[in-house]
Amino acid sequence: MVQVQLTRHLFAFFPQLEGQTLEVEATDVAGVVRALEARAPGLGFYLCDERGRLRPHVNIFIGNALIRDRRQLSDAVKAGDKVSILQALSGG
Amino acid sequence: MSGKTVWVATRKGTFKVEKSAGPWHAALVGHSGIGVNYVARDPKTNRLWALLGHGHWGAKLSISDDDGATWRDNPAQVKYPEGARYIGQDMYEDAASEFGVGWKTTIRNATLLKLWVISFGDNGSIWIGTIPGGLFESRDGGASFELNRPLWNHESRGGDLFNGDGTGETKWFGTPASEGGEFAPGIHSIAIDPRNPKRLLIAISTAGVLETSDGGNTWRSRNKGMTMDHNPDPEAEWGHDPHVIELCRSSPDHVWQQNHAGVFYSDNGAENWRKVSAPSEGVHFGFPVTVDANNGKVAWLVPGRSDAQRMAIDGGLFVARTDDGGASWRQLRKGLPQESAYDVVYRHALDNNDDLVAFGSTTGNLYLSEDRGESWTAVSHNLPPIYAVRFG
Repeated sequence: MVQVQLTRHLFAFFPQLEGQTLEVEATDVAGVVRALEARAPGLGFYLCDERGRLRPHVNIFIGNALIRDRRQLSDAVKAGDKVSILQALSGG
Repeated sequence: MSGKTVWVATRKGTFKVEKSAGPWHAALVGHSGIGVNYVARDPKTNRLWALLGHGHWGAKLSISDDDGATWRDNPAQVKYPEGARYIGQDMYEDAASEFGVGWKTTIRNATLLKLWVISFGDNGSIWIGTIPGGLFESRDGGASFELNRPLWNHESRGGDLFNGDGTGETKWFGTPASEGGEFAPGIHSIAIDPRNPKRLLIAISTAGVLETSDGGNTWRSRNKGMTMDHNPDPEAEWGHDPHVIELCRSSPDHVWQQNHAGVFYSDNGAENWRKVSAPSEGVHFGFPVTVDANNGKVAWLVPGRSDAQRMAIDGGLFVARTDDGGASWRQLRKGLPQESAYDVVYRHALDNNDDLVAFGSTTGNLYLSEDRGESWTAVSHNLPPIYAVRFG
């Protein structure tokens, strides 16, 4: 299982996820997003645009590393990985 | 007070403005901290629709069925279909050019950049205008939205890019109003003919006005009589910059347009436009216009100082009203600040309902008149930047 940590900002829109331990079965980041969408319909469109690309001001980390493929979300994940989904900061 | 509530969309949430006991009062009722481009009530269902622009999470449709007490995302969101593409114009660095930059057209994949306006037909249809220039329709009360392909594929835009590369030339340019900075066209006005919900006028920044009379199957330009001051050919068919259009509900052939290049009026359903600017009265540049529902010759504007400045003229804020189809204008200043005012009022931030007129500015000032603009009271000076003001 892959453990997912979401920015708390998203709990305002998906309160059903707050306080849950989010663990999903997935082999890549796109699979993580699909699993989250199944659990909280609509969440996928918060993270990605309608072509499946990660929105410009959203970051996804596997461990401490930013994912590399923001277009297809093909970065691989494996059991035990921790995936963090956070809002990007633009300074200020 | 049905229809006497004012819904205010701001950069930081949705406000409900009412007069129950005492003065008009603005209350934050939803979307705290979130950009709200537009909010309006569907008169057939009483449902409120808010068009959101999240900074991080994209554009979303939000609805309320309890008068704004609670909101939720509409289960169906506006999404561009696979294969939707459009011709964009890009500047790029070019060391070989004597100017250091080149200019090229590229075919872009379309994704939703902004929800800008929503309009409701008497037949239950719901229409939404977006950036990058897609018009979406729902025929099932908002359970699904579909891109209007005849408009998307219109020859003025370069033809059908779902199946090939089209003509390679677009007459639609862009607006800087998209969220995220992409320069792309935007539909900000959808005027539905109350006599025939299959007849619509839409306005696009930057292209002009188009009309359909068959529910969106075919579209034609409606820019005759328009002039431009930003094009070598001031009467070109395309390239116009309507800031907003609105038609009269009781006499829908009366249509008003506040344009980048002046104020225009049509009394024949936008078949021909006539420039009715009155620069000596300050009536020329601005963003909003609203039309009396019972008299198509009556309209209100909030003029601004030129496209180069875009703020109140000489520090004094006023509303201009015509009662005679633009032949003459009056400046209505009573109750509005007459010194050190630099407000600008956006295209959707002025509305009227019988004797009530309301407008809001990007400096967070909300003003309301109960006597058709003759006098004004300030509802608030401290709202977030105001994007839209709608009675409903």
